[in-house]
Amino acid sequence: MGALQLSQWQFGITTVYHFLFVPITLGTVWLVAGFQTAWVRTGKVEYLQLTKFFGKLFLINFAMGVVTGIVQEFQFGMNWSEYSRFVGDVFGAPLAMEGLLAFFLESTFLGLWIFGWDRLPKKLHLATIWAAAAGTALSAYFILAANSFMQHPVGYEIDPETGRAVLNNIGEVLFQNTALIAFFHTLSASFLVSGAFVAGIAAWQITKNRQVNVFRKAAKAGAWTVLVAAVLVSISGDMDMKIMVQQQPMKVAAAEALYTTQTEAPFSILTIGTPGGESATDIITIPGLLSWLATGSTSGEVQGIDNLQQEYLQTYSQYGPDQNYIPNIPVTYWSFRLMIGLGMLAALWAIWALWALRGDRVPKGRFFSLSSAAILFFPLFGISFGWIFTEMGRQPWVVFGQQLTADANSPLLSSAEVWITMIGFTLVYAVLAIIEVGLMVKYIKAGAPEDVVHDPYEESKKDDKQLYFAY
Amino acid sequence: MELTTVWFILIAVLWIGYFILDGFDLGVGVLLPFLGKDDLRRRVMINTIGPVWDGNEVWLLTAGGATFAAFPLWYATMFSGFYLALFLVLFGLILRGVAFEYRGKRDSATWRKRWDAAIFIGSVLPALLFGVAFGNVVSGTPIEPLATSGQPDLAGQLNYTGNLFTLLNPFSLLMGLMTLTVFTAHGAIYLRLKTSGEMRDAAKGAALKMGLVAAVIAVASLLWYQAYSERVAVTLPLALVTAVAWLLALFMVVKGRDGWAFIFSSGTILLAVTTLFVGLFPNVMVSSTDAAYNLTVTNASSQSYTLTVMTIVAVIFTPIVLIYQGWTFWVFRKRISTSMIPPQPEVGRADDRFAGAAS
Repeated sequence: MGALQLSQWQFGITTVYHFLFVPITLGTVWLVAGFQTAWVRTGKVEYLQLTKFFGKLFLINFAMGVVTGIVQEFQFGMNWSEYSRFVGDVFGAPLAMEGLLAFFLESTFLGLWIFGWDRLPKKLHLATIWAAAAGTALSAYFILAANSFMQHPVGYEIDPETGRAVLNNIGEVLFQNTALIAFFHTLSASFLVSGAFVAGIAAWQITKNRQVNVFRKAAKAGAWTVLVAAVLVSISGDMDMKIMVQQQPMKVAAAEALYTTQTEAPFSILTIGTPGGESATDIITIPGLLSWLATGSTSGEVQGIDNLQQEYLQTYSQYGPDQNYIPNIPVTYWSFRLMIGLGMLAALWAIWALWALRGDRVPKGRFFSLSSAAILFFPLFGISFGWIFTEMGRQPWVVFGQQLTADANSPLLSSAEVWITMIGFTLVYAVLAIIEVGLMVKYIKAGAPEDVVHDPYEESKKDDKQLYFAY
Repeated sequence: MELTTVWFILIAVLWIGYFILDGFDLGVGVLLPFLGKDDLRRRVMINTIGPVWDGNEVWLLTAGGATFAAFPLWYATMFSGFYLALFLVLFGLILRGVAFEYRGKRDSATWRKRWDAAIFIGSVLPALLFGVAFGNVVSGTPIEPLATSGQPDLAGQLNYTGNLFTLLNPFSLLMGLMTLTVFTAHGAIYLRLKTSGEMRDAAKGAALKMGLVAAVIAVASLLWYQAYSERVAVTLPLALVTAVAWLLALFMVVKGRDGWAFIFSSGTILLAVTTLFVGLFPNVMVSSTDAAYNLTVTNASSQSYTLTVMTIVAVIFTPIVLIYQGWTFWVFRKRISTSMIPPQPEVGRADDRFAGAAS
């Protein structure tokens, strides 16, 4: 493999890995803030226990998100220097804003939250987790605006002298519909993931008969979060599809493996063989569904892969007659389906869980217990597949219509150098994953703390002593 | 003032902020095996930086992001050029960050020992390598235009043509030792400020011993730096003032004035970074191949629209960040001592350590 392919793999590995922790952070912080708010408002100790319990799991997860996020900030320059040169003028701005507006907010207030239980009055301490939550959402917004520029570049012009993209409208970059919808979709999907994370763990505890009264509240809150999020994910996903068909029609065609332009395009749910290829056999298809998803009408026209390839050869003739504009079809086809399918499974499970837990019922079945554990992963993998689809479906472009991925990597990096870092990151990440999961399991099994102090701030004032040490 | 100059200054400010703030975090990490003779002391040390290290590290991320936004060609050339060195920095920062968070989460001596090692390595590597990187930026590295390329756009693009070992030259290694020793002493001074009792006493020796070693190395490297400085008339006096500030910091350690010692050691870092940036301007990365290939604030910068937008954002939000980060330091202003640290919690009682201590 050359340095380019290795850099692509490294970016894929580090980014997919980083994004296993991000959606859990993005949603869980709000749920923890919700539990703590419920505690402050009602004074019910269960809510404080849940705050502590899920807060701990949240922090174990958050630490991984933070350290793997530093790599993200650096590797644009490290492995993709030509990309950085080409778009730095545009892409750097939201990244710098993310640091200044979001990362500081998130990390500073989380520090206050972790260590401030006995240093801050109750309500002020509560405000710190909300500030941290706002920081995480803001961070997601900026990075999604930056990513949206890669999907659908706006607010720029190409400097004829240097050939570099030059920002001319920051408002368009930050607020184009691609960015707004991507934020809506990603955030709602993160709530789906986090709702399942909280509900799955809580339901598991209930089936094990651990602190049932405490965890019932969390299981229900999590399951309802999943259901509401699922509706929002569908709405935003639909909006996303309708702009994608205009902005990146090739990606829509690749999602369905639709080779020729057609009206009343069907949606295949399952295929054997190469999707869309000559040997493909669609097992289940729904007529007109793709057209409806993409255009809002079952008879709408959806462009096919081959037609788009011909069109792009003319539009982007500077790349020569041999350039392939078709993404990896099996990857796009299957990741698109897995994204939808795994998300839907979580929603179905949430309905089941709410039914099984109604009133004071304690579900006993082994299958329910196992499904509670499995549901932690389903939507998490679903959102991951969603991003694999989004990024792989944009290929061969790194910036759609403006720069090919093949022209974006650092020109002087050797394969050996990228091998070293790729193996290095992969090993470190693998070891950390094992440690992280081990800690999660340990703290889940430990359950929610029983002897919680109701007002550590007042306690600590009494004898003027710092009582709380998080490390 | 030109916006490119403003951003050169702002990036210097971000590095100053990073080195002062994460400097003491890294220093405490380096000192962990030496001053942390038992687990109680190690926990005191880690808890002094616990609430703030993550926020401090954001200064680095923001410096990276700001460089990307304001000087994309600097970002691209430096980050791709110093590739393996940066990987080692990242490796260290990953280890360190996870270690802080995970070390107390299992009640096992082996577990904690391993994370202590991770904190040490994860602190030494960045503390050393940031200095090496800066040494190379200011003294010059092989940078030249790409001669041939499949893509015509690339021709003329300035790239770093050395490798990892090119970076390990005597001057830059000395600079690395400077940051390592200064941060370590700075960390000891921070520990003096943040602890009481035996921990504070132990930090005194470390601050003075490491402080004297750092003084020698810093004076040597800042004097050597004058050979590369663009304006010796300014940077030589600045270097001398830096040395004076450092000696004052050590004097305050002897006097037991912890706050002043910390202010002076922070001031030293501010002055040292200022010296480097003043002598670097208008370059942002010096080419040892040919001065014509220097990356400068002009040829590496974004266009004025981007710089204007970013200036507005920075002017509004930097003070806000400073206010709430400053507030954090105020909230956690109390000194910590070994007598205050409660025993490691049992699992299940989970994180309510304060509950154990209160009862």
